[in-house]
Amino acid sequence: MALLEVRDLRVSFATREGEVRAVNDVSLSLERGRTLGLVGESGSGKSVTSMTMLGLTRSPTTEIAGEVLLDGIDLLGLSDDELRSVRGRRIAMVFQDPLSSLHPMRRVGWQVSEAIRAHENVGKKAARARSVKLLRSVGIPSPETRIDAYPHELSGGMRQRVMIAMALALGPELLIADEPTSALDVTVQAQILELLARLQEERGMALILVSHDLGVIAEQTDEVAVMYAGRIVEHGPGETIIGSPMHPYTLGLLNSIPHVDGPRTERLMPIPGSPPSAANLPPGCAFHPRCAFARLSCEGEVPSLQSVESGHRIACPVVAQDPSLVSASSP
Amino acid sequence: MGSAGLFGSVLSRIRSPLLRYVVRRLAWSGLLIILVIFLTFLVFYQLPSADPAQLRAGRLATPELVAEIREKFGLDRPFYEQFWIYIRSVVTDFDLGYSYYKNLPVREEILSRLPASISVALGAFILWMAIALPVGILTALRPRSRSDRAVTGATLFFLSAPTYWLGLVMLFLFASDIGRFPLIGGAGTYVPLSVDPKAWFESLILPWIVLACGFAGLYARMIGENLRETMATDYVRTARAKGISERRVVIRHGLRAALSPIVTLAALDLGFLLGGTILVETVFNIPGVGRYAVDAIQNADLPAIQGTVLFGAIFIVLAILVADILYAVLDPRVRY
Repeated sequence: MALLEVRDLRVSFATREGEVRAVNDVSLSLERGRTLGLVGESGSGKSVTSMTMLGLTRSPTTEIAGEVLLDGIDLLGLSDDELRSVRGRRIAMVFQDPLSSLHPMRRVGWQVSEAIRAHENVGKKAARARSVKLLRSVGIPSPETRIDAYPHELSGGMRQRVMIAMALALGPELLIADEPTSALDVTVQAQILELLARLQEERGMALILVSHDLGVIAEQTDEVAVMYAGRIVEHGPGETIIGSPMHPYTLGLLNSIPHVDGPRTERLMPIPGSPPSAANLPPGCAFHPRCAFARLSCEGEVPSLQSVESGHRIACPVVAQDPSLVSASSP
Repeated sequence: MGSAGLFGSVLSRIRSPLLRYVVRRLAWSGLLIILVIFLTFLVFYQLPSADPAQLRAGRLATPELVAEIREKFGLDRPFYEQFWIYIRSVVTDFDLGYSYYKNLPVREEILSRLPASISVALGAFILWMAIALPVGILTALRPRSRSDRAVTGATLFFLSAPTYWLGLVMLFLFASDIGRFPLIGGAGTYVPLSVDPKAWFESLILPWIVLACGFAGLYARMIGENLRETMATDYVRTARAKGISERRVVIRHGLRAALSPIVTLAALDLGFLLGGTILVETVFNIPGVGRYAVDAIQNADLPAIQGTVLFGAIFIVLAILVADILYAVLDPRVRY
């Protein structure tokens, strides 16, 4: 059985502008020790998807449907108290901006220790000693003194290491890293990604890497799911998605990335238009107004994922029928 | 420049940055109080509203007596010399002069009334915080609920209601002498705490309620809004992701951040009230500093007016100092 199985997840928020459908019919599965990359622009629903797994989007104005199965247990059906025992202990999360994600008025040691003491009955001293060990394991130099620092006294990379230490405190089976490097300097980004890869290997945990940056995703994921307007539009092995994408949106994403080592002759091809508002999605395939291959039929039904080759699925009947359409404009 | 250099060298010897900050702020506070003394002196002695010697001499004064007083108190000397005499006695002996009206030392007059003013201010402060904290937290956790709206409405009402009107309504309703529902002692029943604690408490219930009402609503709203904001921050989301109880998320994470600006504001408001609450003390006839100030103004009793202004200023300056220090202690990001 897969460690994590998401089935037909739907999340919508009631707002003044009406119902915002942030996530629509998302299904995923992830085996122990494997890495899933979740790609998409801001507003594509990738963060909402990952936060919903931890119940962080629960509120009176949010409607959540579907299933999120962890070892066969539906997390969406758990009470708040039951879910709390899963949070941090079995599934942990690292967020985008470590400065705003750490409490500004608490020492980092306090914050890491709190994560331990939330689930285990250990004394303050023992929790502190474990926090020092954790900080050392994520590569923070002289953790014995850094443990008493406030977040603003650390660099961005060190702060994100603290966040990671906090997330790993109880040895979770699944780590969700939501844009873990987006707020960091480029040089630090690579270090944090390496750290995540090393820790994952050491601990054998599953990892969901959420990012808008295909470069980050390509680096170290087994599987990639591309999201657009709250839906998964392409799903497959990492090298397939990066090497020979089939969905027009994924293609557009890859073509709009500058390649440092490639020939300079090709021009970048940005995707025309802008992503639709989740409160007002276009009918049919939400990408059709921006799509170069759009047909009249694209405005009709919302396309579902269909297999194009083993383990590779796309939500585009036009390309699925005639794969030669995209082979010409492949990156 | 010499004294500033000396002060600088003293400062640089203090190791702890917080202590250095406190010393520096204390020096500024001293300077500020001297400025206040100067301004009150300027206003009351140099602007010709009344002749101090004439006032001091009383109703049946002969010109000779006025002249004698003028000379004896140095009122014929130039402004700067008069100011020097005044500030020297204030600084060295904290001598605020004699009341014209009662011919009693102003310092003792104010000090004897201070316990009443402190009783009123401190009790009201405790009451309004005891109301505002739970109400604020409740409204923050249930935005747009009925309780949230009720607090907003009540705040608006009590803030718009003038203190003296509210005080009179309270007396009319509940005072034991004139009230429709005579429950507790009304105006003029104040007894010092040292004399009879029970009577003291009962006599102050109505003033406390009147003074606390407006503040309680205001603070409940501020606490509620601050907490609502912090509960939506990324670090509260992180706290929830750790799997700690919601109660702990609210108290140890949300409130910790939401209350620090409130604490400093509360210190300011309390300091302001400690200098005497004119309206409440007048309505309830409490012999405090505020009441003394009103009497002093009505009698054109210049030394008494100066004294009460100076006392109020000292409390406010001290409150600002305490608020700044609290802020620096509560928020580690504040640089000092």
